[in-house]
Amino acid sequence: MKVKNIIERVMNTVFFVCGIISIAAVLMITVYMIIAGIPAIREVGLIDFLFGTVWASTAAEPKFGILPFIMTSVWGTLGAIIIGVPIGLMTAVFLSKIAPPKLAGIVRPAVELLAGIPSVVYGLVGMMVLVPGIMNLFNLKSGSCLLAAILVLAIMILPSIISVSETALNAVPREYEEASLGLGATWIETIFKVSIPAAKSGIVTGVVLGVGRAIGEAMAVMMVAGNVANMPGLFTSVRFLTTAIASEMSYAADGSLQRNALFSIGLVLFIFIMIINGLLGLVLKKGEEK
Amino acid sequence: MKLKKVAAIFAACVMGMSMVACGGNDTGSTDSGETTETTENTDSAESSDDSAAAETTEEPTEEAAAEDLSGAIATGGSTSVEDVIGSLSEAFMEEYPDVDITYDPNGSGAGITGASDGTYDLGLSSRDLTDEETGQGLVATTFALDGIAIVVHPDNTVTDLTLDNIKALATGEITNWSEVGGPDAPVVLVGREAGSGTRDGFESIVGVEDACVYEQELTSTGAVMAAVAANPNAFGYVSLSAVDDTVKMVTVDGVEASEATVQDGSYKIQRPFIFVTKDGEELSAQAQAFVDFATSDAASDLIAGAGAVPLA
Repeated sequence: MKVKNIIERVMNTVFFVCGIISIAAVLMITVYMIIAGIPAIREVGLIDFLFGTVWASTAAEPKFGILPFIMTSVWGTLGAIIIGVPIGLMTAVFLSKIAPPKLAGIVRPAVELLAGIPSVVYGLVGMMVLVPGIMNLFNLKSGSCLLAAILVLAIMILPSIISVSETALNAVPREYEEASLGLGATWIETIFKVSIPAAKSGIVTGVVLGVGRAIGEAMAVMMVAGNVANMPGLFTSVRFLTTAIASEMSYAADGSLQRNALFSIGLVLFIFIMIINGLLGLVLKKGEEK
Repeated sequence: MKLKKVAAIFAACVMGMSMVACGGNDTGSTDSGETTETTENTDSAESSDDSAAAETTEEPTEEAAAEDLSGAIATGGSTSVEDVIGSLSEAFMEEYPDVDITYDPNGSGAGITGASDGTYDLGLSSRDLTDEETGQGLVATTFALDGIAIVVHPDNTVTDLTLDNIKALATGEITNWSEVGGPDAPVVLVGREAGSGTRDGFESIVGVEDACVYEQELTSTGAVMAAVAANPNAFGYVSLSAVDDTVKMVTVDGVEASEATVQDGSYKIQRPFIFVTKDGEELSAQAQAFVDFATSDAASDLIAGAGAVPLA
C-alpha cells in the first residue's frame, strides 16, 4: 500500500514536470524572441522597420524595411488558402460522404503520404517542374515567383485540411443527414446545407493548421520564390518572412545590425502567428456558442 | 503530497528561470560591434609570387618546431575566406593540437582594421590593400586566389562578354541578350544572397555594388547552378571550382576562366585572399607557422578543396 502510494506520487510529479517543460519552452522562446528582436527595431525605428519598402541589409547605406516580406507572407498564405481550402474540403467530403470504401481506402493513404513528404522535396519538385512550367505557360523571363510559392503551399496545406475536416465530417450524426434526406433534400444539398455546417468547427481547425503551416514554411518556398526583396506581385520574385531569416542568417555577422534585424523579423513572424491563432480561436469559440 | 507538488513547481521555476537567463545573456553579448565592409576593385595579385617562393625553404624549421607550438591565433575578416581558412586551420590544428585558431567572419574591412589595431593576430581580406592602408604600415601576404565564373544557360549563344557588358547586364541597363550578340530573349540575373562572399566579390570587381537587379537570390552555389541550368534566359556568377557542364561559362574580355588564367592574372573577375599583418612587427611563433603553412605547397590541395585557386 505504502509503496504504491509512493509510486503514485512520484509519477504524478513526473507528469507534472513533463507538462511544465512545454510551458517552459514556449516561455523561453517568447522571452528570447522579444529580447533578441527589440534592439534592431529600436535602432531602425518601428515605423521604418515595419513599413519600409526597401530591404538592403548589406548595402553601403543599409536599409531595413520589411513591408515586402510581410505583404508577401500575407498574400502567399492567402493565395494558398484560396486554392487549398476548396480542394481540401471537397476531398474531405468525397472521402467521408461520397467515395465507395474501396476507393477511399486508396485516396486516404495517398493524402497521408502527402503529409509525410519533407518540405525540401516539395521545393525540389517545385523548382524542377513547377517553375519552368510557369515560365513557359505565362511566357515569363523567370518562373520563380509568388505564384509558384502559392501553388506549392496550397499542396502542402492539403493534408492537414483534409484529415481534420474528414474527421469532423465523419463525426456529424447520421440522424441529421437522414432527417435532411427524409425532408426531400438531395444528397448534395444535404452535404452543403447540413453536414458541412455541422462540421464547421472541425473544418476551421483544419484551416488554422493549414495557415500555420503555410506561414511558417521556409524551405519549399525558398526554392521556388526567387528570394528577391520585391513588393509582392503574382509574377515577381518575392521573399517571405521565413525565407528572409533563413537566407541571410548564415552570413550575418554576430552582433551586427543585420543579424539583429533578422531576429526582429522572427519576432514579427512570431507575433503574426500568435494573432492568427488568437483570431481563429475566437472564431471557433463563437461557433461553439451558437 | 502537497510538499512534493510545491517542490516540483519550485524546481520547474528554477529550470525555467535559468533557461530564460541563458537566453538573456546570449543576446546581451551580441549587441556591440557593427561591421562595415569597404570594397575596392582588385584585378590582380602581385604579392603572390614572392611569398610562395620564399615559403618552400622554411618548411624544415616548421617541422622541427612541431612540438613547441601552442597558444591561440585570433584571425578574422572576409566571409569569402572562411571556408579556405576553415580547412587550412583544421589541417594545421591536427598537426599542432595545442594551437587554437579562431575566425570571425565579419568582412574584409573588419579584418584589416583588426590587424592594424591588434585585435587579430592575422587579418584576412578578400581584396588587396589600398595604398592608404599600406601607407599605415600594413603588409599583405597572398595565399590564395578566387576566380568567379560567369555562367549562362547552355543554349545561350553568347560566348564572350566584356566587363562593361557584364556591368550593364547586372544593373539592368541591358535587358535583352540580343544587345550583346545573343538570342532575342530577356536577361535574368541569378545571384547569391546578401552577405555572400561570392556576391560581394562579383559586385565589387565588376563595380556594381548594391546596384544589381536580381531575379533570384539563392543561398548556395549549387542552387545558382541549378537555376541557371533551368532557365535559358539566366546568367549567374559562381565560384570557378563549382562550374560543371550543366551550364556554359562565358569568356570575359576574351579570356576563359581557368586555374591558369586566374593565376597569371589575365582573367579579370578574380581577387586575392590575403593575410594582413603589420610591417616590422613580429608574429607569434604559431601565427608565423600558420602563415608559412598556408602559403606552402602542402596547402594547395586544401585551398583547392575549399573552392579557391592556389597560387601557381
